Amino acid sequence: MQPFVTLTGVAAPLDRANVDTDQIIPKQFLKRIERTGFGQFLFYDWRYEADGVTPNPDFELNAPAYEGATILVAGRNFGSGSSREHAPWALADYGFRCIITPSYADIFFNNCFQNGILPIILPEETVKQLIQKAQEQPGYELTIDLPAQTIRDEEGLSIHFDIDPFRKNRLVHGLDDIGTTLQHEAEITAFEQQRPKWSSRVQMPA
Amino acid sequence: MSKPRTLFEKIWDAHVVHQEEGQPALLYVDLHLVHEVTSPQAFEGLRMTGRKVRRPDLTLATMDHNVPTTDRSLPIVDQISAKQMETLTRNCEEFGVTLFGLDDPRQGIVHVISPELGITQPGMTIVCGDSHTSTHGAFGSLAFGIGTSEVEHVLATQTLPQSTPKTMEIRIEGDGPLPTGVTSKDIILAIIGKIGTAGATGYVVEYTGAPIRALSMESRMTICNMSIEAGARAGMIAPDETTFNYLKGRPHAPQGAEWDEAVAYWRTLTTDEGATYDTTVVLNAADLAPQVTWGTNPGQVLPVTERVPNPDDYTDPTDRNTTHRALEYMGLEPGTPLEGLPLDRVFIGSCTNSRIEDLRLAAHLADGKQVASTLHAMVVPGSGAVKQQAEAEGLDKIFKAAGFEWREAGCSMCLGMNPDTLAPGERCASTSNRNFEGRQGKGGRTHLVSVPMAVAAAIEGKLVDIRQWDKENKGK
Ligand code: SF4
Repeated sequence: MQPFVTLTGVAAPLDRANVDTDQIIPKQFLKRIERTGFGQFLFYDWRYEADGVTPNPDFELNAPAYEGATILVAGRNFGSGSSREHAPWALADYGFRCIITPSYADIFFNNCFQNGILPIILPEETVKQLIQKAQEQPGYELTIDLPAQTIRDEEGLSIHFDIDPFRKNRLVHGLDDIGTTLQHEAEITAFEQQRPKWSSRVQMPA
Repeated sequence: MSKPRTLFEKIWDAHVVHQEEGQPALLYVDLHLVHEVTSPQAFEGLRMTGRKVRRPDLTLATMDHNVPTTDRSLPIVDQISAKQMETLTRNCEEFGVTLFGLDDPRQGIVHVISPELGITQPGMTIVCGDSHTSTHGAFGSLAFGIGTSEVEHVLATQTLPQSTPKTMEIRIEGDGPLPTGVTSKDIILAIIGKIGTAGATGYVVEYTGAPIRALSMESRMTICNMSIEAGARAGMIAPDETTFNYLKGRPHAPQGAEWDEAVAYWRTLTTDEGATYDTTVVLNAADLAPQVTWGTNPGQVLPVTERVPNPDDYTDPTDRNTTHRALEYMGLEPGTPLEGLPLDRVFIGSCTNSRIEDLRLAAHLADGKQVASTLHAMVVPGSGAVKQQAEAEGLDKIFKAAGFEWREAGCSMCLGMNPDTLAPGERCASTSNRNFEGRQGKGGRTHLVSVPMAVAAAIEGKLVDIRQWDKENKGK
């Protein structure tokens, strides 16, 4: 996984609450069997007109100022709904490496970490201010420093954010979960040996 | 004596394989359910790293999201869907995973088939790359949805690192059965309406109280199914005689002496006297009325007797904004009564409400009546087994005679990944679990309701109060 250490980039505002995974990536695009190429379908129903090709001029992220944005600032309960990892895949493929909101849905939050995306949680008021700045000053840039846990801008803003130290370490080093777990192989085997015989099995007893 | 523990804590403690200070626990997974949409990239990951599926015997795959619900002998028109299904078949062959494919009578929605086969059992940890995995918590198991990277992790290791969630009790008070016309679907919709779609984020919920105990297994599944719509990591109900009776004799349930051993253990899976939850929410069953969603998330819900809210009723600007957007999308004016809203479609199905009890109830209400001529209604059984059972009981004939379409098993118009979708602007009463924008088809407008409410709506061509409707139709 790509490590996340620092990031400087344009912040794109999405001033909506409860942005669900059906909006982030609608179901018709879940049929691909690859992990890549989902960026073109990000926010599809909002981003394009009914014809599916013409960009919708009213959709925030279509404004030229936010082209190439790498940081998304949005409302609370972001990523609610389905478990589809296609949502962070689409965000990452589009170019977002960091999301800033007041809160996330659980599964989406986990999925971000699996894909090198840093989901930052800030108080609602602070997020509102960032959204406002990004709206009023197109091209507004933020610098995220994960090891220092700070967000800065060029005007002297400096915000601290909290993050679980374990998750932080994994992101900074781009660690692979499976590799780490397999270091406990012996314990897994020992656990398996004490499971009751009657415990459910998918394959039918002969 | 050891410290009193909640049901959740007992299951959690029994599955920790490894734990280090300040780190997530490594949990053992007893059952991993797999479907075609969220698994291809996980199998590909295994292939790329030369890893195997550690416990194919604890892994079960089926196809549900993409499958056509029309005649299965015809070739699948959607080539990309077909490819995703073929990929699952190939992956299961290569990695030795049991697959209930399209031609298998056991095929169906993943959350319907595992319980009906007796694979879902109390005390287990169950995961699936699907948020509605919470359904299985109805058996007193810890069941939750995971992303595709986690699917790969479980395939490779049969474990998952998990940080400890908080616990929430949702207690339904009351001593008798639910008020007439109120189902477990209305309980869960009312809960989500009360606490919001993020109200249980970070929590595992346990549903308690006499009205919950009085529910059948299938009704319990409906409640646990929608725990995720309140943001919960999982929802659970302690196992009891209802649970054991449901499981006994199912194909994968333990038998003979092993059954007794299992039940003895399952009986210990209750929250101890004196154990505490991080938070408790209380609802009174007597206050419940049939619910209808009016907006674009399941928390935007009201009793059917209410009117569409006004954005100006909200003081919080975000809520006002969200309500405004929802009404615009739903094509609704503030103050419009929910009762009487004209409908274009009715969908009875999904992992929330497509089990045999749901279909029996629906058929009972539809018997001898006619679906309104202005509306198209569809019944989609949750599994091949449900379909077979329904047909054996003649329910399909009742549905067809009443003008409902009777389909093959699958997710169908719950999310419209297959050809079953709403057209833009169409209004639908649906027994599914999500009313997000575009969920049932781009521009489609979904009103979530219970099974009886859906049937009455289909017959009247509009949303009606099932309690009134039922009275008027008695004996007709
Ligand atoms: S029926 Fe709907 S909610 Fe249930 S698994 Fe299928 S798509 Fe998901």
